[in-house]
Amino acid sequence: MDNKIKMQAKNVDFFYGKTKALDNVNLDIYANKVTAMIGPSGCGKSTFIRLFNRMNELVPHTTLNGEIFLDDLEINSPLVDAVDIRRRVGMVFQKPNPFPKTIFENISYGLKVNGIKDKVFIEQKVEDSLKKAVIWGEVKDRLNDSALKLSGGQQQRLCIARCLAVETEVILFDEPCASLDPISTAKIEELILELKKDYSIVIVTHNMQQAARVSDYTGFFFLGELVEFGKTQDIFTAPKDKKTEAYITGRFG
Amino acid sequence: MKKEFSQNLGFFGLFLCMVITLLVLGSIIYFIAVRGFGVLSWNFLTQVPYSAMTKGGIAPVIVGTLYITLGAIIFALPLGLACAVYLCEYSPKSIVVNIIRISINNLAGVPSVVFGLFGLAVFVKFLGFGVSILSGSLTLGILALPMIISSAQEALIAVPQSIREASLSLGATKWETVKNIVLPTALPGILTGVILSIGRVAGETAPILFTAAAFYTRGYPKSIFSEVMALPYHIYALMTEGAHPDKQRAIAYGCSLVLLFLVLFISGFAIFLRQRQRSLHG
Repeated sequence: MDNKIKMQAKNVDFFYGKTKALDNVNLDIYANKVTAMIGPSGCGKSTFIRLFNRMNELVPHTTLNGEIFLDDLEINSPLVDAVDIRRRVGMVFQKPNPFPKTIFENISYGLKVNGIKDKVFIEQKVEDSLKKAVIWGEVKDRLNDSALKLSGGQQQRLCIARCLAVETEVILFDEPCASLDPISTAKIEELILELKKDYSIVIVTHNMQQAARVSDYTGFFFLGELVEFGKTQDIFTAPKDKKTEAYITGRFG
Repeated sequence: MKKEFSQNLGFFGLFLCMVITLLVLGSIIYFIAVRGFGVLSWNFLTQVPYSAMTKGGIAPVIVGTLYITLGAIIFALPLGLACAVYLCEYSPKSIVVNIIRISINNLAGVPSVVFGLFGLAVFVKFLGFGVSILSGSLTLGILALPMIISSAQEALIAVPQSIREASLSLGATKWETVKNIVLPTALPGILTGVILSIGRVAGETAPILFTAAAFYTRGYPKSIFSEVMALPYHIYALMTEGAHPDKQRAIAYGCSLVLLFLVLFISGFAIFLRQRQRSLHG
């Protein structure tokens, strides 16, 4: 099978001050697949996916060595604008973080900052995005209510819709279900499976079952190193590394 | 039993302190109101003074207070807000910036009469604005600057980092994020701080003593270069100058009552805004 590589990390080291958070990580993200990152807290998986949309440069005193590619573009090259990368690589965060604005404005914001002014187009796009994120039915009658009035699960789907509206190519999910109940979690997981038709998806999760349910590929991180990477099925049924096996069978983590 | 007794004693002590504070506050309002209420009338609020300040009203004094207060905010708000945004959102976290921050906080502790002398030296004399609304507004504006900067900084810091990240992750630039997300979110907090500083500025005497205030002007101020009557200075002047101390004293209490209500009204508005902000974000 010929999987197209969408994003690629090559020899990535990352430092917070002098503390090494990632050590020589090499990993490919395949197009239209879901790639899960698992590992115990503090192992560097969130740090790692935040490199794919250059979010870590907002954190002072950090250093990145190595290369990260989006298609053939090295995203940290001095000629590349972080804004352009983030337009193509969207992110859904651990805690739902809607803007304190209306539901409509939450979705239209990304379009507006990207220079779209056509009202009819924006309205259509808002509706489409909310439908894709399977939240349209719950909010269509109250698009002008504050997004903060929605439940946590609804807020998270709104954040996904917000990300879909700007037509990114990759979506990074940073523990998207960490603060959600099981029913909301199931909805988000269904959504992720649906979205991989159009997007390349990376998801960080603490939930092993979740990784098994939604992902095609899984990477196991431990103490800043990528211990093992492969097809999810292989990782969960026949892990090559002892540490991976110990972690997925719940002996530590 | 012993523990319960000491706890009750502690609660009683706290309660007593609260009562004493309330008493002080209540008696201020009571004494000012009792002495000032007699002169309050529609005419007092709407007419110009005459007969050596013993008759007529204080309308130009109220108007003067509003002018210099408004002028001070027009000057200090954009400057202070821009400064706070720079310090919070743009400046690198360095020692120099920390020193700037500490200096601004110290500026808030400078006695207001020092600001008055500074205003006299710079705005009245050096820049040649004379004793005028302009000089007084600028002086009061400088007094309000540190208050506005620190309250705006607090409001900006209270904006969660997560929504900044959300905005940036959608391809917004830093400026778009500040303009569209951070500032609107912080706005109620910023406004609250601004309004509280308006209340403070409206009641200041020393900064306008040498820069703006006159004991008496005929009618209303004509331009920003006019001298002006203002409530706090008017009270001071009524109590220390003039030929009819007894009649003036009653008017001074009347003015105090008006000033008190003005400031209470402004603070009440600030509380209203804060409540609204809570209900929006709750």
